[in-house]
Amino acid sequence: MEYFFQQLINGLTLGSIYGLIAIGYTMVYGIIGMINFAHGDIFMLGAFVAMIVFLVLVTIFGGINVVLFLLIMMIVAMLTTSLWNWTIEKIAYRPLRGSFRLAPLITAIGMSIAISNFVQVTQGPRNKPIPPLVDAVYEIAGLTISLKQIVIAVLMVVLLAVFWYIVNKTPLGRAQRACEQDRKMAALLGVNVDRTISITFIMGASLAAIAGTMYLMYYGVVVFTDGFIPGVKAFTAAVLGGIGSIPGAVVGGLLIGVIESLWSAYFSIDYKDVAAFSILAVILIFLPSGLLGRPEVEKV
Amino acid sequence: MANPVRNAPSNPDALPDNPIQAGIKDAFWGGVIALGLFFLLIGLETTQNIRNELVIEQRWLLLIIVIAIVMAGRFVMTAFIRPAFAERARSRPKADPDAPAHPLRKHWQKLAILFLFIYPVLIVTLLGTQASLKWVDNFGIQILIYVMLAWGLNIVVGLAGLLDLGYVAFYAVGAYSYALLSEYFGLSFWVLLPLAGILAAFWGIILGFPVLRLRGDYLAIVTLAFGEIIRLVLINWREVTNGSAGISGIERATLFGIQFNSSPEGFAALFGLPPSSAYYKIFLYYLILLLCLLTAYVTIRLRRMPVGRAWEALREDEIACRSLGINTTTTKLTAFAIGAMFGGFAGAFFAVRQGFVSPESFIFIESAVILAIVVLGGMGSLPGIAIAAVVMIGGTELLRELEFLKLIFGNEFTPELYRMLLFGLAMVVVMIWKPRGFVGSREPTAFLKESKSVSGSFTKEGHG
Repeated sequence: MEYFFQQLINGLTLGSIYGLIAIGYTMVYGIIGMINFAHGDIFMLGAFVAMIVFLVLVTIFGGINVVLFLLIMMIVAMLTTSLWNWTIEKIAYRPLRGSFRLAPLITAIGMSIAISNFVQVTQGPRNKPIPPLVDAVYEIAGLTISLKQIVIAVLMVVLLAVFWYIVNKTPLGRAQRACEQDRKMAALLGVNVDRTISITFIMGASLAAIAGTMYLMYYGVVVFTDGFIPGVKAFTAAVLGGIGSIPGAVVGGLLIGVIESLWSAYFSIDYKDVAAFSILAVILIFLPSGLLGRPEVEKV
Repeated sequence: MANPVRNAPSNPDALPDNPIQAGIKDAFWGGVIALGLFFLLIGLETTQNIRNELVIEQRWLLLIIVIAIVMAGRFVMTAFIRPAFAERARSRPKADPDAPAHPLRKHWQKLAILFLFIYPVLIVTLLGTQASLKWVDNFGIQILIYVMLAWGLNIVVGLAGLLDLGYVAFYAVGAYSYALLSEYFGLSFWVLLPLAGILAAFWGIILGFPVLRLRGDYLAIVTLAFGEIIRLVLINWREVTNGSAGISGIERATLFGIQFNSSPEGFAALFGLPPSSAYYKIFLYYLILLLCLLTAYVTIRLRRMPVGRAWEALREDEIACRSLGINTTTTKLTAFAIGAMFGGFAGAFFAVRQGFVSPESFIFIESAVILAIVVLGGMGSLPGIAIAAVVMIGGTELLRELEFLKLIFGNEFTPELYRMLLFGLAMVVVMIWKPRGFVGSREPTAFLKESKSVSGSFTKEGHG
């Protein structure tokens, strides 16, 4: 039983990271109905920027001050990925808004290929390991919980609360929900649609950067291909939770993380991704709009 | 180009009074943004030192060069290119749709097919047997494989309007069917080619069943997941598939029992030709060309049959389709099955051409590339897709040939490295330049009196 709970904790940590990335997918999908394929690579970019900032800080200060370092890494990563996502939206997605549905999907895939190869070209194809930042471990009721896991879980809960508040209680969130329901009508009622969409991309990128920093802290290594698998899993999580729903994205992320770690613990580690994808397929067959998604109304 | 949605709301200030002034302003902001984007990623490089620790190296010169290029690009774009385009769009005469087409233009498809048939002969006479290998293999066969895959996917995406992001799975099924069955049972290529197609079609139906109820992006993600599942199984089922190492030494194809080797019964000896490996490549070229033409022929014929019309009806409006009594279940399943079948043929061909298959060849990027070719070509248009394949695959293959760049940038420079980066950017640029694909017109399947091509913007893309 202790083994089970141990794996559950590991799964929830992993799932928190997926959930953070998934929020970015689900917000962008909600507002412009597009799968932002480059989002996984924005996450990878966030991890890379955090890694570079860490090395710069070590070179400048010599020693390591964990809290300060993590904060600076996170902030710089958020700023950089926000700028990236903002620019990408502007040059690759905005000209195609109102065009047919597959056009922005193709530019998003193109951007995803371009970003990961850009990082490969500029930073090299090898793994980038950093020394462990946080290594405290606690024993609670026979379970081992590391400080890293607590940090990730707390951060996830806080961010979920903050984003839930922004989307449901602020004027910005109202504008976002308005654009989600009917972009044309929102524009007629004085909502600056372009700006709202840009801000949505920036919010998604910031979360991806935080997830990237956490990923770097948790695993201590990043490589230029790291965007794809977590990206696909996070998108799977967003679909599983019901795309467009922020709590759904987190629930989906946690579920995928738990499935993955329990499957590796009890069955085989090789087939953990197969298990995650199969469960996605099975759930979607019975709940075609995800766990917390609203069923799509067919209009004739 | 008829695209009111794109031009109307986005840029009311598209033509400022002074383009040079606007150009300088744009260049400034472009520079600022580029600085923000690239400051850490280009300005600093992380490398490993002798003790395997990461260290930072500074590259400010490169950063300045890149920013300068971005600024110059922005300036030229705003100050010269955009006004020039706006001018051209205003002064362009309206094309007369009823004007009789130039005979060369009318028959260009037949001429193109004729050219493809004489292409290897032409290349061999021009460059000699050995030098022509590259042109037949890298440019001919490689492009034609993608043409075939894209035409196969076109049935699912372009005709039936079902977004499939895991098409490469069927390619993998075809390739592994051939590799495994020829290794374990020693069957020949000509027996296994149809079998690979049938097996892939079978997998298409297996995938089709669960996803019948899903629409749009839910369908997309499940097909993506399916593609990944097939690849992961190929990697992990080591007893059968030999895992990531793949299967090598796959049996070659023969021409009516004649083998392509240097033995006395081999092709060269039999026809009294000097021994060369080029004959096999040329044979493979014609093989894939015929397979491509078969795909095109079947697609064209099917579009005129009830099932093809049902696909297109499904793409245009699923609810209306159901109301008119079309069985959407079988319509979707046949689209998946037939699309998958051609993927399976292409896979078997791929295995026989490489002589080696591994899961590495069937990653998601391949699906994305094939889908990109279908969309860039203009969904549903066979010639457009072929043009898109030539541009995208031929273009990236050309990058391998740019050895002379080493003279400019020094010996360390490898154009290979930039291949996928440029491919990704090209996808973006082409899509923005032509959102409806290279061929923007469609031939209707049903018409009154005479067939007139219509703009691609009249066709829908379906909701899966």
